[in-house]
Amino acid sequence: MIKEYQSVKKIFGPIVFVEGVEDAAYNETVEIILPNGEKKRGQVLESSRGLAAVQVFGETTGLDTKSTRIRFKKETLHIPVSDEMLGRVFDGSGEPVDGGPPIISKEKLDVNGMAINPAARAEPHDFIQTGLSTIDAMNTLVRGQKLPIFSTAGLPHNDIAVQIARQATVKGEKTDFVVVFAAMGITYAEASFFMRDLEKTGALQRSVLFLNLANDPSIERIITPRLALTTAEYLAFEKEMQVLVILTDLTNYADALREIAAARQEVPGRRGYPGYLYTDLASIYERAGVIKGKKGSVTQLPILTMPEEDITHPIPDLTGYITEGQIVLSRDLNRKNVYPCIDVLPSLSRLMQLGIGPKHTREDHGGVSSQLYASYAEGRDLRNLVAVVGEEALSERDKKFLAFANTFEHRFVTQGKYENRSIEQSLDLGWELLASIPEEELKRVKPEHMEKYGRKYRK
Amino acid sequence: MGELARISGPLIVGKGMKGSTINEVVKVGDGGLLGEIIALEGDEASIQVYEDTSGLKPGDRIERTGAPLQVELGPGLLSTVFDGIQRPLYVIREKSGDFIKRGVYVPPLDRKKKWKFTPSAHAKKGGKTAAGDVLGVVQEMDLEHKVLVPPKFGGKIDKLGGEGEYKVDEEIAVIAGKSVSLMQKWPVRAARPYKEKKRFEVPLVTGRRILDTFFPIAKGGTAAIPGGFGTGKTVTQQDLAKYADADVIVYIGCGERGNEMTEVLTQFPELVDPKTQKPLMNRTVLIANTSNMPVAAREASIYTGITIAEYYRDMGYDVALMADSTSRWAEAMREISGRMEEMPGEEGYPAYLGRKLAEFYERSGRVECLGSPSRVGSISVVGAVSPPGGDISEPVSQGTLRITKAFWALDSNLARRRHYPAINWLKSYSLYLDDVSDYYAKNVSPEFMPLRAKAMEILQKEAELQAIVQLVGPDALPDRERLVLDAAKMIREDFLQQHSFEEIDCYTSLKKQFLLLKIIMHYYDKANAALSLDAPLDKIVSISEKREIAGLKRAPEQGFDKRISELERSIDAALAPKNFQKKQAAE
Repeated sequence: MIKEYQSVKKIFGPIVFVEGVEDAAYNETVEIILPNGEKKRGQVLESSRGLAAVQVFGETTGLDTKSTRIRFKKETLHIPVSDEMLGRVFDGSGEPVDGGPPIISKEKLDVNGMAINPAARAEPHDFIQTGLSTIDAMNTLVRGQKLPIFSTAGLPHNDIAVQIARQATVKGEKTDFVVVFAAMGITYAEASFFMRDLEKTGALQRSVLFLNLANDPSIERIITPRLALTTAEYLAFEKEMQVLVILTDLTNYADALREIAAARQEVPGRRGYPGYLYTDLASIYERAGVIKGKKGSVTQLPILTMPEEDITHPIPDLTGYITEGQIVLSRDLNRKNVYPCIDVLPSLSRLMQLGIGPKHTREDHGGVSSQLYASYAEGRDLRNLVAVVGEEALSERDKKFLAFANTFEHRFVTQGKYENRSIEQSLDLGWELLASIPEEELKRVKPEHMEKYGRKYRK
Repeated sequence: MGELARISGPLIVGKGMKGSTINEVVKVGDGGLLGEIIALEGDEASIQVYEDTSGLKPGDRIERTGAPLQVELGPGLLSTVFDGIQRPLYVIREKSGDFIKRGVYVPPLDRKKKWKFTPSAHAKKGGKTAAGDVLGVVQEMDLEHKVLVPPKFGGKIDKLGGEGEYKVDEEIAVIAGKSVSLMQKWPVRAARPYKEKKRFEVPLVTGRRILDTFFPIAKGGTAAIPGGFGTGKTVTQQDLAKYADADVIVYIGCGERGNEMTEVLTQFPELVDPKTQKPLMNRTVLIANTSNMPVAAREASIYTGITIAEYYRDMGYDVALMADSTSRWAEAMREISGRMEEMPGEEGYPAYLGRKLAEFYERSGRVECLGSPSRVGSISVVGAVSPPGGDISEPVSQGTLRITKAFWALDSNLARRRHYPAINWLKSYSLYLDDVSDYYAKNVSPEFMPLRAKAMEILQKEAELQAIVQLVGPDALPDRERLVLDAAKMIREDFLQQHSFEEIDCYTSLKKQFLLLKIIMHYYDKANAALSLDAPLDKIVSISEKREIAGLKRAPEQGFDKRISELERSIDAALAPKNFQKKQAAE
C-alpha cells in the first residue's frame, strides 16, 4: 500500500526531511505534491525510524512544511523502455518534450541498473572507424569502450562529438550506430546544435535524446545519465543494437552531486566534491561494454570540461582513472586553427591494442602510431629548446623533428568537419609525414613494414 | 536477531544486536544480503553491507551468523574468478544472468567436483601430527596442491582416508577428534600463521628489463607502483601477473575497470607461462570487484586475496599478489568511515589508514612454513597506487611508501611519448639490490651488478647534461659528454623501452638482459677509447652496429650469446684505433 505523509519537518536546499515515516526504503522513489497541486519526484537518501531524507529532482520553490504531501512509492526509480523511444526527445527526468505520446511499455527497468558480471563481459575488440586520424590511427576506439573527451570551455568538443556520431562505423558492417544522447546542464543552443545536426544527416530517427538544460533543475542531472544508460542497455542487450552514448557535460553532473553532498553536510573531499565521487562516476562509466553471446554493445563518449585545462581537477582526474583512456582537446591547437584540436600526447586509448593489427586494421598500425607519437613528442620538446637558444643552434637532425611537429599538426591532425578518412588513408598519411625523418631514427616501426608501406614516400 | 534502525548508502545501523561481535557477518532483510559488523555501541551495531542496499528499510530483520568473514580454502581456487567476498562469478552468471543480482549466494568451492587425494607417506593413522603437516596431495591444475593440517589443529591422527576421490567437504582425516576435509575456512582479516620469516635471497624474475636489472623485487618483498592515470599501472601489473616466476598468482582487481578484468580473463587462458609452457590461467586466482560493484565488498577484496595467497604460501609455494588498485581500497574505507561519521584524518581518510596499509603489506614475506616436511614459501606483493592528479604527496601513496621497499615511479611524461614501461629510472628505487646481488652474481654473471651501476651512472649524468642542453643547446657540449648523451639514449631506447604486446620483446630472461646491457656498455667503452685517439664523434656515433643493437631486443633468446660476441667483435673492428690513426696519418 502506498503511504502518504503530510509531515515535512525541514527543507534544506534540495533535501526534504519527512517525519513520522517508519519504513522508507533506501533509494525508494517518492512523489511530492505541492500545495498548488504540482507534482515532483524525489528519492530517499537516508532513512531511519521516524525520519527520512529525500532529495527532490527539481526546484524546491513552493514547498512548505505545512501542506506539502509526500507519497512513498514502494519501489526504486524505474523507466519504461521500448524501441519506440528511437527518434524521441525527453526531458532530464524522462518525460517526453517533443509533443509525442508518453512511452507505454510493460518493461520497466531500474534506472540504477546492475553491474555487469565481469565473467559475462566479452573482450571489446571491434575497431570503430570515426574518420578522425588522431583517433583512428593513434587513439583507436573500440566497440564497448568508454572514451571521454576532456575539453575546456570555448573548444569545439560538440562539433567533434557530432562528427564522431555521424561518421562512426564498424569495418565490414552495414548497421549504423544508434545514438543515445544525454544533456546535463548544457545550453539550449548547444542542445539544438546536436539535434539539428542529427536531423540533417537523418540520424535523429535512430537517436534517443534526454535533455536537461542549463535552466532545468540541477538535481535532476543526477538521474538524466542513468535514464540514458538504462535505455542504452535495453537497446543494446535486449534489442541487439550498437549504441553510442554521448553524455555531456559530466562537470555539471558532478556539481549537482556536490550540491547534494553539501546540503547533507557531508565531509567534503577534494574541491568540495564528496568522497564517493569516484564510486558514483564509476556507476555511470562502467555501464559500457560488450556481453558474451549478445550482439549489441554500449560505447560511451562522455564529454567534460576541465576548469582552466587543469587535468588534475577531481572530475577529469577521477574520470581518467575509470574510463579506458581520454581524448584531450587543446586550446593551443585551437588557437593555431587546428580542427579537431586533439592533443595526442596526453590522449590515450587503453583498448587500442585490442582493436588494431592485421586482424582488425593493418599490420603496421601499432608501429606507425608509436612512431608518430615519439617523433611528435621529440618535435614538441625541441620547440621549448628553440624558444631559448633559437633555431640556428639546432642540429640538422633536430631541425627535421621540429619541422615534423608542424606538418603533423597541420596535415595529420587537421581535417575538415565533414572529412571522413579511412584508417588506411590515416596510416598512409602517417608514413608520408614520417618520410621527412631519417630512417635510422625510426626505431618503432618494423623494417618489413617500412619496405611495404613507407618506402614509396621516401625519396 | 536484530532489526534495521537506520540506513544510508552501504552502511546500516541495526538495533537489538547485543552479543554480536566485531567483524561478525550478518544477513540483512528478506534477501539475506551479507554484511559485516564494523562498530558496536550498546545494542546498536554499524554494519557495512556487501551488496547494493537499495530497497532496505527500517524494520528489516538482521540475522547473525556467529562467524567472521571467512574464505574457503581448498582445491578449485586456481583459474577461478571471485568477487570481493569470494562469490564465484562464473557460477553466479549461470545462476543469475549477465548482470549481478542481489542476494545470490553459491559456495566458493564446487561441492560436486571430486579430487583425487593421495595420502603422504609420512602421515599414518595413529601417528602424531601438528598444524601445517602435509597429510597428502591433490593435483590441482598443474600444481601439486598440498593438503595441510589446518592451523590450531594437531595431535593423534585418529583416521586417515586412503587414496581416492573426495569432494571438498568430505572427511579425509580425523585429528584429535576433529574432522579435516580438503577444504578449510579462514577469517580473512587474520593473517595465517607460519614458523618464522626468513631473509630475502631470490629475486622475483619478471622479464621486465627495467625491473629485473635496475629495480628488482625479491621473492617475499613488496613493491609500490604509483602513477597518474594512463601511465601504465594496470599494464605493468598484468605483465607481472603474466611473466613473474611465481607458482601462483593472485590478481586483485579492486575498484577498477570491468573491461580490464575481461582482458585478463580472455588472454590468460591463451598465454603460456614462459617457464612451464602451461596456460597462465592455470596458476592464477582472480578477484574482480570492479568500480561499480558494491564498495564494502571492494574493501573486503584485498583481504580475500591475501588470505588465498597465504594458503598457497603455506604449501611452500612462491606466490605473487597484484593489487590494482590499493587507492580504491583506501577510498572504500574512507567512504564507510565517512558514513559512520568518524573524525577524518588527512584528506578525509580515516586515521587508521596507515595502519591498515601496513598490516596488509606485512602479510607478505618469505617464510619457513608450519609443519613438516619443512618448506619455504613466499608472498610478494605489488600494489598499484592511483594518486589524485598523479601527486604522490597524498596519504595513500605516502602510507604505502613507508612500508614497501621497491618503488616503481610511473611518469606521465614518459607515457605521453609512449616510452613504455613508463617507469622513471631516476625516481624509482629498490632496497632489495643487496639481497639479490649474490643471486645475480651466481646465476647470471658477477659483472651484472657492476654493469648496472655503470649504466645507472650514465643515466644520472644524462639528466644533469640535459639541464645544460636546455640552456645552451647540445652543440655546446664537449664530445665526451655528447657521447654520454648518445649512450644514455641507447640505454633508454634499446634497453629500458620494452613492448608488452610484442612476441619476443615482452619477456627477456636475466641472461639476455645482462648481455643486452653489456653490448651497449661495450660500445660506450670502445667509443670512449676511440675519442681519446681524437676520432671524430660523428663517425663514432654513426657506426652501423648501433642499428643492430637497436634490433636486439626483438632477437630470439636462442643463440643470443653468440650474436653478442660477434657483434662485440664487429664493434671492436669498427672502432679499432687503426681506423682513426691511419686517418690522422693521412691528414
